[in-house]
Amino acid sequence: MRKSLLFIPANHPGMLQNVDIFEADSVIFDLEDGVALTEKDAAKDLLVSFFQHFHLKDVEKIIRIHEIHDLDIIMSHHIDTICLPKADVSSLKLLDKKLSALEKKHKLDHQINIIALIETPESILNALEIAKQPRVNGLLLGAEDLATYLGVKRTLSGIEIEFARNMVIYAAKAVGIDAIDTPFTDTTDLSGLTKDIEHAKALGMNAKACIHPNQIETVNHLFKPSKEDILYAQKILLAKQQADAQGLGAFSVDGKMVDKPIIDRAIHIINASKE
Amino acid sequence: MRLKTAATAGTYESNDCMVTVKKMEGITIEIDSVVKEQFGEQIHKVALETLSSLNISNIYLYIKDKGALDYTIIARIKTAIKRLGV
Repeated sequence: MRKSLLFIPANHPGMLQNVDIFEADSVIFDLEDGVALTEKDAAKDLLVSFFQHFHLKDVEKIIRIHEIHDLDIIMSHHIDTICLPKADVSSLKLLDKKLSALEKKHKLDHQINIIALIETPESILNALEIAKQPRVNGLLLGAEDLATYLGVKRTLSGIEIEFARNMVIYAAKAVGIDAIDTPFTDTTDLSGLTKDIEHAKALGMNAKACIHPNQIETVNHLFKPSKEDILYAQKILLAKQQADAQGLGAFSVDGKMVDKPIIDRAIHIINASKE
Repeated sequence: MRLKTAATAGTYESNDCMVTVKKMEGITIEIDSVVKEQFGEQIHKVALETLSSLNISNIYLYIKDKGALDYTIIARIKTAIKRLGV
């Protein structure tokens, strides 16, 4: 499961060649809003050359495309995932077809995944259908574009995107994929970032996009299970082992009954703590 | 339609380079770099190899280097050549 995804403008050599020093789980090489319209061609050439010279390991390489034809130029075995802006069911079906053809053409030994960027009112309402599309393994909420569609201002409390956050979380969790929160845009306000993450995490988000490397550490730290959570999860799993050995169907920990959802959550916490 | 006679690609930011190409008989490469003494030959070699990979034998190429690595020089030359339309 991802925790942190760092956006890098694809036409910025100084940032590209330093991506492996950041500790993000994923890097999103941005060909969309991060690159001026007149420089899309240069960004694609730079990205292709970058991947030919730098073989990044231990980080998921995601490309946020500007248009689907970008893939004809940039596709290579170095790419793990495509982030599709303003995703809807029909554009995802088109992208799936395109990726199938390119995987065959380039003889890729892995399947390219998709992160669907949910940033229109319609896509919020169709989030579950979007989450069910082939290859989609994450929903990323794009709150800035969404706020523009809604005609509302973004606020620190995020009240204007509460419904959208919930829709993205419920859709993602219903099919077992990542619910990725929108970036926090004030890169100088780390205390605001912390509050924003804590709120998003409490709702059910399990990851967050970052727009500056200085956000990664906070995101990674806060999306990791806390020490108390890990200790409690270990206690649950130990009690389950003992209950299984004694042939007990039901058991309690600290006076509270433990059932399957609680055991599943404990397993999830332990797995997340290892990542 | 007016055909382009010159094109550019890149920026003047550090780690980047600005490449200018013009149509010209033969190959002329000019390099301006703060590290020309140390890396001028390498930049020239990368430029020549890139032109060769694109089958370009008639071009004027000027590189204003701001500390670009090879992959950036290659990409900027390719973009400039495509923009020139040769």
